[in-house]
Amino acid sequence: MRYSAFKVIKEALTGHRGWGPAWRDADPKPEYDTIIIGGGGHGLATAYYLAKIYGGQRIAVIEKGWIGGGNVGRNTTIIRSNYLLDGNEPFYEFSLKLWEGLEQDLNYNAMVSQRGILNLIHTDAQRDAFIRRGNAMILNGADADLLSTAQIKKRYPFLNTDNARFPIKGGLAQHRGGTVRHDAVAWGYARGADMHGVDIIQNCEVTGFLIEDGVCKGVETSRGTIKAKKVASCVAGSSSRLMDKAGMRLPIESHVLQAFVSEGLKPLLPGVITFGAGHFYCSQSDKGGLVFGGDIDGYNSYAQRGNLPVVEDVCEGGMAIFPMLGRARLLRMWGGIMDMSMDGSPIIDKTHIDGLYFNGGWCYGGFKATPASGYVYAHLLATDTPHKTATAYRFDRFAKGLMIDEKGQGNQPNLH
Amino acid sequence: MIINHPLLGPRDSAEFTYMGDASLIHRPDWQAGDAVAQFVEYGYQRANPAGLHRELWFHEGGDRSWLVVTRNTVTHEITSVELARDVARAEGRSK
Repeated sequence: MRYSAFKVIKEALTGHRGWGPAWRDADPKPEYDTIIIGGGGHGLATAYYLAKIYGGQRIAVIEKGWIGGGNVGRNTTIIRSNYLLDGNEPFYEFSLKLWEGLEQDLNYNAMVSQRGILNLIHTDAQRDAFIRRGNAMILNGADADLLSTAQIKKRYPFLNTDNARFPIKGGLAQHRGGTVRHDAVAWGYARGADMHGVDIIQNCEVTGFLIEDGVCKGVETSRGTIKAKKVASCVAGSSSRLMDKAGMRLPIESHVLQAFVSEGLKPLLPGVITFGAGHFYCSQSDKGGLVFGGDIDGYNSYAQRGNLPVVEDVCEGGMAIFPMLGRARLLRMWGGIMDMSMDGSPIIDKTHIDGLYFNGGWCYGGFKATPASGYVYAHLLATDTPHKTATAYRFDRFAKGLMIDEKGQGNQPNLH
Repeated sequence: MIINHPLLGPRDSAEFTYMGDASLIHRPDWQAGDAVAQFVEYGYQRANPAGLHRELWFHEGGDRSWLVVTRNTVTHEITSVELARDVARAEGRSK
């Protein structure tokens, strides 16, 4: 069923009896060509692009709970492509271009809003670093705009530019960045994949892999054995738990990241703003809540809830740049589990087991990557070669010294 | 989280810096024939369990001792706190 203005009017006049579910709740078949484990944004996007672009396959997405119930439903919905390194920037710019065409492609309203993102500058050294990053972005076809303090004051009059410790000395803006309705991304990809014949199987937990002589031939699940020529892990946050069932250790620690939303307010924040002297970022949802977050808690966790020291730290960061934030009440806060990799960058690669593929290690930047992650993973699954924008995301980069470490922090996952 | 420091008693975890899996105590022998492979494993690969996890916490905002904390990564419950020095010595490291 295609969604359109005509369809909305027709249904309004006929009592909304013709909508129907957006995707089938499929039961597992005994065998598929490709099984994608994980019905989150990345897994559903992978299924969608694999079916749509590479076609001709029997594809299933299997999900432990319900689709979109993990990090795609927990993030702070920001999209951007403001990375520095060659291993990253072409990939994230590819992703941002896919976001720009996503709703037309999916025929689904994902509320992609290019309201812009602004990274604030607080020192001269930071300005130099941001100019370098902006130039790297422009070289890779992205947009970047260095703003002066006067330009920032004009556009965001509520910012505290004269903070004694962290004066705002300018900012690097990416006007094509913005926010997206995150749940709709999962639902839109699910609907698109379903329309291309993908089976979306919920409440189906993988309990083991069928591995014979170094070849993966399917998975054991809570709903029986499912055979497949290719099995694709796509469960960032739980990657180590899943791949442990295949006997693999990963260059990943799982950490909890908290996110926050204030009570609903009238429109006051026209884009996404990030604090450059601490770790704090904020946008305003279309419902009016200020959506914000900061650092991960910093210790291994699978608990999907964090602790209070980080709450205090994030709110202090917010108060430093938005003193008005102190008048708003915190409505909700929650946690999600991140695959924190050893260099802060993801892994999209084959494993040493034939027929078993891996996508994970997204740290806390996976949401913006959703379309490109799905696209390049589908490319890898279909062709057994990496997509040209994702050649650096290999498992062996740690052994070879080819880390993609944007912040230069080294192999300490809680610093990325 | 409250970490029950063996010398100082209960302390707020915010006083500590987290350093990851306690297996980092076991630095490989740099003279071994396969030292490079061992160091790649040591430096980059982690068990990352869901459940009990032995991990290193550094009391940076306190007495600057290193602790081995056994904590459940699913519930955040801490069941044991030892001085890393004692753990290493019990395993025959140092004197």
